[in-house]
Amino acid sequence: MGSKRVSLEVSEVCAEAVRLADVDVVAAYPITPQTHIAEVLSEMVADGVLDAEYINVESEHSAMSCCIGASAAGARSFTATSAQGLALMSEMLYIASGLRLPIVMALVTRTLSAPLSIWGDYSDIMSVRDCGWITLFAEDGQEVFDFTLQAFRIAEDERVLFPAMVCMDGFHLSHVLEPVDVISEEEARDFLPVYRPKYRLHPSDPVSMGCFAMPDYFSEIKKRQDEELKGSYPVILEVWREWEERFGRRYAPLMSYWVDDAEMILVIAGGYAGTARLAVEGMRKRGMKVGLVSWKLWRPFPLDDVREILGKAPLVLVVDRALSVGGAGGPIANEIRAAFYHEKVRPQVVSMVAGLSGRDVLQRDFEAMTKRAMELAERGEIPYYEMYGVRE
Amino acid sequence: MKEIRLHGRGGQGVVLSAKILASAAIEEGRYAQAFPSFGPERRGAPVVAFCRISDEPVITREPILEPDIIVVLDPLILRTIPVKNGLKKGGLAVLNSCFPPEQAAERYGFTDCVLATVDANEISIRFLGSAITNMAMLGALLKAEPVVSLESVIAQIEKKMGRIADKNIAALKEAFEEVRVAEIVSA
Amino acid sequence: MADLPTWRTIDHACIVFNPGNAAEYLTGDWRSMRPELDQEKCKRCGRCWMYCPEPAVLVDEEGKYHIDYRYCKGCGICSKECPYDAITMVEECEDGI
Repeated sequence: MGSKRVSLEVSEVCAEAVRLADVDVVAAYPITPQTHIAEVLSEMVADGVLDAEYINVESEHSAMSCCIGASAAGARSFTATSAQGLALMSEMLYIASGLRLPIVMALVTRTLSAPLSIWGDYSDIMSVRDCGWITLFAEDGQEVFDFTLQAFRIAEDERVLFPAMVCMDGFHLSHVLEPVDVISEEEARDFLPVYRPKYRLHPSDPVSMGCFAMPDYFSEIKKRQDEELKGSYPVILEVWREWEERFGRRYAPLMSYWVDDAEMILVIAGGYAGTARLAVEGMRKRGMKVGLVSWKLWRPFPLDDVREILGKAPLVLVVDRALSVGGAGGPIANEIRAAFYHEKVRPQVVSMVAGLSGRDVLQRDFEAMTKRAMELAERGEIPYYEMYGVRE
Repeated sequence: MKEIRLHGRGGQGVVLSAKILASAAIEEGRYAQAFPSFGPERRGAPVVAFCRISDEPVITREPILEPDIIVVLDPLILRTIPVKNGLKKGGLAVLNSCFPPEQAAERYGFTDCVLATVDANEISIRFLGSAITNMAMLGALLKAEPVVSLESVIAQIEKKMGRIADKNIAALKEAFEEVRVAEIVSA
Repeated sequence: MADLPTWRTIDHACIVFNPGNAAEYLTGDWRSMRPELDQEKCKRCGRCWMYCPEPAVLVDEEGKYHIDYRYCKGCGICSKECPYDAITMVEECEDGI
């Protein structure tokens, strides 16, 4: 095995995975807290350790446009952004997905302004929930590394051909230095061979991409896009199985802990899952039957896993780091509710919104939310959502 | 697990010293985590950085609220920033101060802790020509409590600091020699 | 609707595998006014060719300009732009050109 343990900031870990993926084109515009990824990649290209074209773009809209053009021409393409940058490129996200281009993006999640905030939450990713990208939530630096390499492999699979993004918490992951096992260049090449596009723009065999569709075609195209994005699910599992065989680390759409006999399952996505795990472990030691799900695969939505795993408990507490303003609370909570609506046996779902704009959520906060969820369920007074810790 | 909180100002290398400590621990085959207080990076503004060193994987994402050790890189912020907040009883405070520990304890109100002081400004100016005190303060910390070995830290300085590594290693070693440590009991 | 593709048979990502097939779509029957080019007045400046949005102005081997009535939609831009009044718009009649 050529893997070695390194100490790197998680942003550098992401850039290292992109280097090992041997991308052809990087087009990125710096924005806090994504900046270090763009910085490190541009250094790698300048230093000649990554043989790629680094395109200095004037905006995130251009960054994604460049990736679309490059990917359509058959280049392995990467970008990274955060918050307002994602909002600015959101038009192009739909196009990348509609054109079925296997671009990979690191999304360093950050809250959307206003008020202006550079800190982290999931309001950016939730704003592009329906753009048709494969979406993974990383919990630590190791997952950022693993998911980034896996994302290229999944996206470029001929059974898939969708863009993919890897989300990591702004600051709470991106700016943390921690140990990560990185694989060797040989292992990376073996796992992720050179990209051989099935469809591309090339003068020797011309095709047209990005043409317009009349209403009598559009629905069929969208249906196919939806079915095929869902169809990427088994490929994702296949890639995860292969990754486990090669490198010994196991992944699942929902990573679950202590769920089998749980009376309540706490659900959270991303970096705060580590702290939540410690909190749940502590509650278990005190005899409380609490379980934990750390959400990994957001799109395609793992409907069967949600029903099977969260259906084990009568109560589910979902901690969302985003809010559907004027809507029904936390986005993840509401998708879980929808998943269970037609099920005969379904858990009660308490939606808590916490950790907005980088506000820390401590172990004791997870314990307090657990207590509160149990109280609300017992009283039978579950609201759409509660904002945890908000000053009244 | 040892939880270390470092206080200083933007530009003094507070975050870098947390990273060097964590990297040294990881190179020793242990687990560690280093991160800054999150936000805009501005020269001169008060900065906090955190470092956890453990024999088990570190999975929490909490800030360090109850540190075992605090390291204060700038003598002036002792007057303005509540650096002592949450320091565990019997914990270690390593201060950049020209006063001996007993006097510094009285001056800044430290009780029930081990206090280490070193005049890191003087050392840094002597070796580096400016009051960038981070490596001198790591030297003082390592003498007061060897959370990682001096050799591991020197290796990280060589890796991360390039052509200014030698001067910084000299400052680190000098502070390691000069630091004064005293147990401070309740007043 | 029988000949339209289903979601299973529609082309991947709506890619057009025979590019340029818009040429199969003859737009000449959209026309209610027809440009007529007077070769006597034409100085071969090429403005009609440049301005035609279709493009439905062709140049032959001798450098003469001709309207391609298979595609000309009768917009009249060529007639408007011609500096020598060499292109006249005339009404299309029911009994053909």
